[in-house]
Amino acid sequence: MNDMSPDSYVTPDGRTIGGVVMEMKNITLRFGGVVAIKDISFDIREGEIRAIIGPNGAGKSSMLNVISGFYVPQEGEVWFRGSKRPQMKPYEVAGQGIARTFQNIALFDGMSVLDNIMTGRLTKMKTGLASQALWFGRAEREEIEHREQVEKIIDFLEIQNIRKTPVGRLPYGLKKRVELARALAAEPKLLLLDEPMAGMNVEEKEDMSRFILDVNDEFGTTIALIEHDMGVVMDLSDRVVVMDYGKKIGDGTPDEVRGNQAVIDAYLGVAHD
Amino acid sequence: MAQDQTATGGLSSVPALLARNVKEFGGRPAYREKEFGIWQSWTWAETAEEIDALAMGLLALGIERGDRVAIIGRNRPSHYWSMVAAQKCGAVPVPLYQDAGAEEMEFVLDHCGARFVVCGDQEQVDKVIEAQERLHTIEHVIYVDKRGMRKYDHAHLHWYDEVQAEGRAGHSRLEGEMAARVAELDYDSTCVMLYTSGTTGKPKGVVLSNRNVIESAKNSVEFDHLGPDEDILAYLPMAWVGDFIFSLGQAYWAGFCVNCPEDEHTMMTDLREIGPTYFFAPPRVFENLLTTVMIRMEDAGRIKKRMFDHYMEVARRVGPAILDGKPVSGRDRFAYWLGNLFVYGPLKNTLGFSRVRVGYTAGEAIGPEIFDFYRSLGINLKQLYGQTEATVFITVQPDGEVRPDTVGVPAPGVELRIDEGGEVYYRSPGTFVEYYKNPESTASTKDPEGWVATGDAGFIEPDTGHLRIIDRAKDVGKMADGSMFAPKYVENKLKFYPNILEAVVFGAGRDMCTAFINIDLNAVGNWAERNNISYASYQELAGHPQVMDMIQSHVEEVNESIAQDDMLSACQVHRFLVLHKELDADDGEMTRTRKVRRGVISDKFGELVEAMYSGKTEQYTETEVTYEDGRKGKITATLEIRDAKVVPVAPKQGIAAE
Repeated sequence: MNDMSPDSYVTPDGRTIGGVVMEMKNITLRFGGVVAIKDISFDIREGEIRAIIGPNGAGKSSMLNVISGFYVPQEGEVWFRGSKRPQMKPYEVAGQGIARTFQNIALFDGMSVLDNIMTGRLTKMKTGLASQALWFGRAEREEIEHREQVEKIIDFLEIQNIRKTPVGRLPYGLKKRVELARALAAEPKLLLLDEPMAGMNVEEKEDMSRFILDVNDEFGTTIALIEHDMGVVMDLSDRVVVMDYGKKIGDGTPDEVRGNQAVIDAYLGVAHD
Repeated sequence: MAQDQTATGGLSSVPALLARNVKEFGGRPAYREKEFGIWQSWTWAETAEEIDALAMGLLALGIERGDRVAIIGRNRPSHYWSMVAAQKCGAVPVPLYQDAGAEEMEFVLDHCGARFVVCGDQEQVDKVIEAQERLHTIEHVIYVDKRGMRKYDHAHLHWYDEVQAEGRAGHSRLEGEMAARVAELDYDSTCVMLYTSGTTGKPKGVVLSNRNVIESAKNSVEFDHLGPDEDILAYLPMAWVGDFIFSLGQAYWAGFCVNCPEDEHTMMTDLREIGPTYFFAPPRVFENLLTTVMIRMEDAGRIKKRMFDHYMEVARRVGPAILDGKPVSGRDRFAYWLGNLFVYGPLKNTLGFSRVRVGYTAGEAIGPEIFDFYRSLGINLKQLYGQTEATVFITVQPDGEVRPDTVGVPAPGVELRIDEGGEVYYRSPGTFVEYYKNPESTASTKDPEGWVATGDAGFIEPDTGHLRIIDRAKDVGKMADGSMFAPKYVENKLKFYPNILEAVVFGAGRDMCTAFINIDLNAVGNWAERNNISYASYQELAGHPQVMDMIQSHVEEVNESIAQDDMLSACQVHRFLVLHKELDADDGEMTRTRKVRRGVISDKFGELVEAMYSGKTEQYTETEVTYEDGRKGKITATLEIRDAKVVPVAPKQGIAAE
């Protein structure tokens, strides 16, 4: 969607942020009696890096699961590319160009890095099971095309040296990178990252931040991410949604959010006297 | 042209060699590079086309004769092509260390006065732009990898492929000019300028002529009978003279193929896939490989481990003799043949050494155990001694006369002389022209007759004619009682233990020797894991009492071995400590080629040195460290200082006085 709506703008570092691609309208999500998300609305614009932050248990991951279509909210609507999204199966969401990574890495440990990333191409495969098993003609050509795409991603994320290594043998930081690679293999329009920096050391965080910025810059991918590390979020994102106890307490540029009293209270606590 | 009447039959420049190779080996591979997981190759004919396109592109950008073209990047065909393309334009290539910091890079860019810079990727471009803010001498920056470059101001920035496209488009207009400039190149024109890393002071630009490079390449190729069928892996820094000679000089002279790894971290895989026939590595690479093998064997099953130990014993006993063609009993030959079938063959294959005909190590002394390990496997590993100013070769070991403790006989065409002080001097066709813009240093290094001081102290063994290097001449000193002090000799003995990465020995003008030790995190970390020793950081592991015990036993063994040496028995290490941080080039403690900078270290850790001599058993210290991104931080530690047992040596004034 390249509609240069009147409200599209150019960021100080020269990226063009387009119109709204996804809009959350008054989302409420309940698990039995627990209200995980309460009447939240916000939007995600084409080409931006949008962060969702909040203290533990604020409902961030639930929000991401609503965006990815894994949870269906009891109230509210999700609008994607100008139309209201019906209830969908996860693979249908993937088919729409949405890919994600997980907070707790969800890779196939016994498979090589290369094979793991190849699974990201699954939704793009056109040949059927039988012809792939025989690996003849079109199936062979198709696999070569997919492999080429995957190799570009391997090059992009600088993981050539572990191409053939089983994922189970990799350190945590690299597994996270492989997961990002698999998500990228699906050539997503919207990439959802669930705590991409969790459990990383400073150097790994810097590498990951670099890759997120590069993905956004090189492929023009819209990115929505959840993150704990405030420093990282403020540096990376164009706009930030702040959640606390399932409610939205702030929304705006990193600077606006930083100055927001409700946000400061949520993070630092308020004296009850 | 008179200069064309040379020993090399008119082949008096690298572009001339390229033209010959196109004619003789046109369809054979000249370069390979792994990209997107697949080895891509270029024949000599294709290489010439690529180089011509780039050269004409540079002409279109207005490159002048004598311009300096800095090249910063990892080993890639396009970077090698940039060097030859610069030569084709009558310009001088200046390869730089890509891991150098911005400040270091700025010095070199300023000193050589580069008008053109070829960068590998965005990281290098950023450093050049930063330097340019103060230099204002750089006019065009060409980058090879497009990634991340979209948003940059392209007024003076050019993508490599577009420069080539420009060159191809202007083919008819620029070809004549290029041909004219190539024709002007002769044996005395500058081939390349290489900056020495410098253990002291600022880097110096060593100017090498075509004569230096081509004669050295020719002599060394003939010495080792290298032909167009060789394959080498180009993975050492392009700014280092060795890589320039192996990957460019020798490759163009002999017409063999240069293989470039996919990425700096894939070197081991690429080595295995290529299986080079001619291989060059500093001792550190061989040490690391051996450590990896040993660590993996520790984790192997019992049968495999026993088989490995048994056949390695056989190899140690008869391997080197078989390699040198000495008589070996039929029984041992059979055992070695079996060993080759079960152990050496598969091991060499895993390491990527199955096809190696000639292997060299240089730059530092190599541990005898390490050296013998590779030779016993049947790998023809040899040592050579050289330096940038000699266009690498001073001495080399001929086949069949290989020993770990010497560096061989003078290379073809090299004359050798030892002065009264024991310093080694040489004169050869490879002797450098000058240090760029530094006549004083040139004069103090090279005398009018062409003799060059190596700065190393050594002697020639009377019966074999082999050269033995003791130490850096300026490091060799006297202790308080007048006995000879050669720190490197002791350090090398210490470093031969896999657990010790680096050692710095003090003792000049003192009454005893002391040492700083750096542990090898790989080896010691693995040992800690096997012995259930937990640690949270390098610092904690380095200071662990059991690690201290282990290092102490190594130091004491070294003392025993030093005591055997009549000349140097006073150099036994009396006290030592294990440093809380790894010595690092980023902190200025080592050169980029990983040589210890003594002066910097004894200044920076002055209080630790004093503590060792004042008899303290521990010392608190604060050290500034520089992170990879240039930020600085501080680490603090209280280091334990230990005494090591020394072997008493009877005073033998009569012998010492000679």
